[in-house]
Amino acid sequence: MPDDLFDPLVWLILLPILWAVLTFLPGPGRGAVVAIVSLCLQLGCAVRLTADIIAHGARTHLAGGWPAPLGIPLAADGLAAAMLVLTQAVGLAVALYARSYFRDGSSLWFWPLTGFLFAGMNGLFLSGDLFNLYVTLELVGLAAVGLVANGGKAEQAAAALRYLMASLIGSGAYLFGVALVYGACGTVALDHLAGMISAPVPPALWLAFALMAAGLLLKTALFPLHYWLPPAHGDAPAPVSALLSALVVKASFYLFLRLWLGPFACLVALAPMLAWLPALLGSAAVLYGSWMAIRAERLKMLIAYSTVAQLGYLFLIFPVFGGGALALQAGLLHATAHGTAKAAMFIAAGTLIRVGENDSVRGMAGVANQLPVTLFAFALAGVSLMGLPPSGGFLAKWLLIDAALSSGQLWIAVVAITGGLLASVYIFRVLHLAFRVPDGREELRPRPVPAAMEWTALLLATASVGLGLFAMPLFALLERVGT
Amino acid sequence: MSSGLLFAIVGCLLFVFGLGGVILLDHLLRRILAFNLMGSGTFLVLVGLAQRDGTPDPVPQAMVLTGIVVAVAATALALALARRLHTGASNPPPPANPTCRDDRHA
Repeated sequence: MPDDLFDPLVWLILLPILWAVLTFLPGPGRGAVVAIVSLCLQLGCAVRLTADIIAHGARTHLAGGWPAPLGIPLAADGLAAAMLVLTQAVGLAVALYARSYFRDGSSLWFWPLTGFLFAGMNGLFLSGDLFNLYVTLELVGLAAVGLVANGGKAEQAAAALRYLMASLIGSGAYLFGVALVYGACGTVALDHLAGMISAPVPPALWLAFALMAAGLLLKTALFPLHYWLPPAHGDAPAPVSALLSALVVKASFYLFLRLWLGPFACLVALAPMLAWLPALLGSAAVLYGSWMAIRAERLKMLIAYSTVAQLGYLFLIFPVFGGGALALQAGLLHATAHGTAKAAMFIAAGTLIRVGENDSVRGMAGVANQLPVTLFAFALAGVSLMGLPPSGGFLAKWLLIDAALSSGQLWIAVVAITGGLLASVYIFRVLHLAFRVPDGREELRPRPVPAAMEWTALLLATASVGLGLFAMPLFALLERVGT
Repeated sequence: MSSGLLFAIVGCLLFVFGLGGVILLDHLLRRILAFNLMGSGTFLVLVGLAQRDGTPDPVPQAMVLTGIVVAVAATALALALARRLHTGASNPPPPANPTCRDDRHA
């Protein structure tokens, strides 16, 4: 059937596996062009799928034609489509950057590992089966750990090992939850489960929910389970940091949100106080992460701690789901705006560090003269992280505060505003230095860097700001969310 | 007590021991082994809980097989990283044209 053969749902998973294998064959450091062409095709698939969903509603596909109890159902709704487009778009921009960044031949196995990473993430967004979600979660984790260790330095190996252990504990807890769910319900298909779990809920399911949630929070690096994130994201090469901070942590958050709204919605309704736990930890993350970013010595550590803080915002939406669609809109917009802004910031930082040959925050003195375009991208991404209008970060915070106030949770609004102020402290700390010409040095001249390294960062940062102006299509997608 | 329930209880215990080991132990190799214990516990629960009226259910068996493959892959990666960490910073990044020569010396 031609329809099945060209189903974008399937190709979004097959294409990255294909290029992962193709780029592995010619040996280390090769395959950038194949990856970039393929990412373009994937972006096309994701956009086509999105258009389909807007026109006709959520899509499903039975892999190999097998029905649910035995086969693996693939499903895509508005939320999945939005995450898919974000992932492919950020991935394409980072790949263009990485092609120039790795000109010196230090990429080693970057391309095949990235291919597997995308296969895992796309599979995760599309799977409609708890066990298959476990497999994709593990694939994402292993590929991400491989990317961190790829540089071959001792501190990268140490960071990768710490990341791997955290990742394995997280997915191990998740898998135990899946075993309990199967024992209690006899199925792991998400759409079957949603109808099956109802009051009174057996204790095994409560335990399953607790284990799966804890495992996913560890993988999403929610405070105080963030201990593995700063070394892993801070020590990896810039394109890898960008992929990990912008996309990988969002994948486990997406799954957490899916479970919360889908199969376990009944448990949450029975105990509404549960929603406070992620929100309280999220507030602590916003404050602690920002504080550590303000004190960070190294530029990439500053950005990594900023990720810890920004992930906190994502969890503030859970107590305000009662307030209608606002909470989900705020969450999705924040995930998208942060994804594009953080990728821009990490790759801009990668250029700044490479040209300045100095990775400390103090080493940024005077870069405004050397790399004006890159610094502008960094600042623009900072605008979205701080939440200044008209950026996507601003609109996300606005919606969150609106949802918080309309459901009477004033403290969430206070945390959101405080986090924005703290973010401006660590962003301006870098910008302030960047415009100062250090004493005893001659006037700094612009330094030549490949255009692809400067303009990809600027493109991503502009997208993050532009999201604030063009968020309506994103919200239209959310009307197509199934549970 | 049915044999299925017995499997599940032993699986729970193994999972808890394994989890404790991964979190509390210092030695890297022991932590990797503890992770495998955790996985084995989960597999026992999967197979045990699904055994209703003594008839085995093929679906969790297939899941366990997949799970074992994933666990082996994760263990291999952990061992490779542990080895790299052990040989220290002097260990050069993998050669441009990898032959397994350095494994033969090891």
